[in-house]
Amino acid sequence: MNFIDICLQLIPGMLITLEIFIITLFFSTPLGLLVAIGRMSKYKILAGFFRVYIAIMRGTPLMLQLLVIYFGPYYLFGISIDSSYRGVAVMIAFSLNYAAYFAEIYRGGIESVDKGQWEAAYILGYSKRLTFFKIIFPQVIRQILPAMTNETVTLVKDTSLAFSIAYAEMFTEAKRIAAAQTSMLPFVAAGVFYFVFNALIAFLSNRVRDKLDYY
Amino acid sequence: MRILEMNHVKKVFDGEEVLKDINLHVDEGDVVSIIGPSGSGKTTLLRCATLLEQMDDGNLIYLDKEIVKSVDGKSDYRDKKLQKEALSYFGLVFQNFNLFPHYNVLKNLTCAPTLIQKRDKKEVKEEAMKLLAKMGLEDKADAYPSQLSGGQKQRVSIARALCMNPKILFFDEPTSALDPELTMEILKVIKDLANEKMTMVIVTHEMYFAKDVSNHMIFMENGVVVEETTPERMFASDNQRTREFLGKYHDQL
Repeated sequence: MNFIDICLQLIPGMLITLEIFIITLFFSTPLGLLVAIGRMSKYKILAGFFRVYIAIMRGTPLMLQLLVIYFGPYYLFGISIDSSYRGVAVMIAFSLNYAAYFAEIYRGGIESVDKGQWEAAYILGYSKRLTFFKIIFPQVIRQILPAMTNETVTLVKDTSLAFSIAYAEMFTEAKRIAAAQTSMLPFVAAGVFYFVFNALIAFLSNRVRDKLDYY
Repeated sequence: MRILEMNHVKKVFDGEEVLKDINLHVDEGDVVSIIGPSGSGKTTLLRCATLLEQMDDGNLIYLDKEIVKSVDGKSDYRDKKLQKEALSYFGLVFQNFNLFPHYNVLKNLTCAPTLIQKRDKKEVKEEAMKLLAKMGLEDKADAYPSQLSGGQKQRVSIARALCMNPKILFFDEPTSALDPELTMEILKVIKDLANEKMTMVIVTHEMYFAKDVSNHMIFMENGVVVEETTPERMFASDNQRTREFLGKYHDQL
């Protein structure tokens, strides 16, 4: 099998990798913001809850979390799991995990905005919510863009962890083909895919940065 | 007409009384300067008047509306609606400007009048341009705050406050972050506002400016008002402490 054939065979897997990536970003970016706001809450119990959540998510391997979420329903409650749950487990585990990382990035960004911005907006009659969305958050986005890009690049590579529950994303497929063909080429193809994907993200991130660089 | 009244204001920070039974009355057209050494409580008083800080005791009245009442020896801040209303009566100019960096100069002026006061966009824009022209900044409407000098930033922030059409304007050490040249620039703007009978309360370290611009001066120290009177009398005061404090400024010249 030549390189082109291998790449063609990997396309369905690539689409699934892309799916994991997009769905994870879609859920974890807003979820991360909610976690960050909860973590900064003046209500100690709420803040404590999210502090523990973040600590667990960041302190244990994503692969372990994936296994817990995939096998948990069966081991804990005896609910039988069918293979269609695999994809769902991957999205849940990834979204929960990335929400924790994003939350800490958001928190750093929000806390870096001078409190004078809140005060100026308050004096002008802005509610807290309006201040956050109109004044604070736009400044936060610019501030956190590099860290968010870093985390997003890591996410691309982390999608390969879905391999641990045999979810047929690209890396799982590459390994299967490599074993069947006793060839390195599938791994090379996989590597090229991740590399190009991340180069694209870096490019987009730079474009966004240029766009936000107006002030 | 009385614009602002604060009675028996008390404020404690970490067990230390920074305001001890302070009264402040400001009538329409008044320009009140509050002077005093650092840590005297003058900025805290201003922050209490502008609702950025909560008093422990005392009341706060804007235009005959009791915004914050004193109930059983404690200030009552439960009526958020009333406080929201009070915000429309005053403007505040900060020491370090606090312009919104992601908005250009014009939007810094127009954002709140259109979004909060829901005024007509075109009308607000015209008013904003007039204010910028008055501040000598009409050519900076499209600039971002980061492209301005400190003096220009402070003029924008004064214009931003004025664009809300406040009944009273507070200044919290408006020139402390500026060099002497830029300070003169800002003082001239404030002086012009005083000539237009804008009601103002100014916390400042610029003694001679305070004397020049205000009709009432308050000298605070350690959370109490040491003396309050007209600028002329303040500078001719018999009070030992007032003489000492103002004397230090005499010596500088």
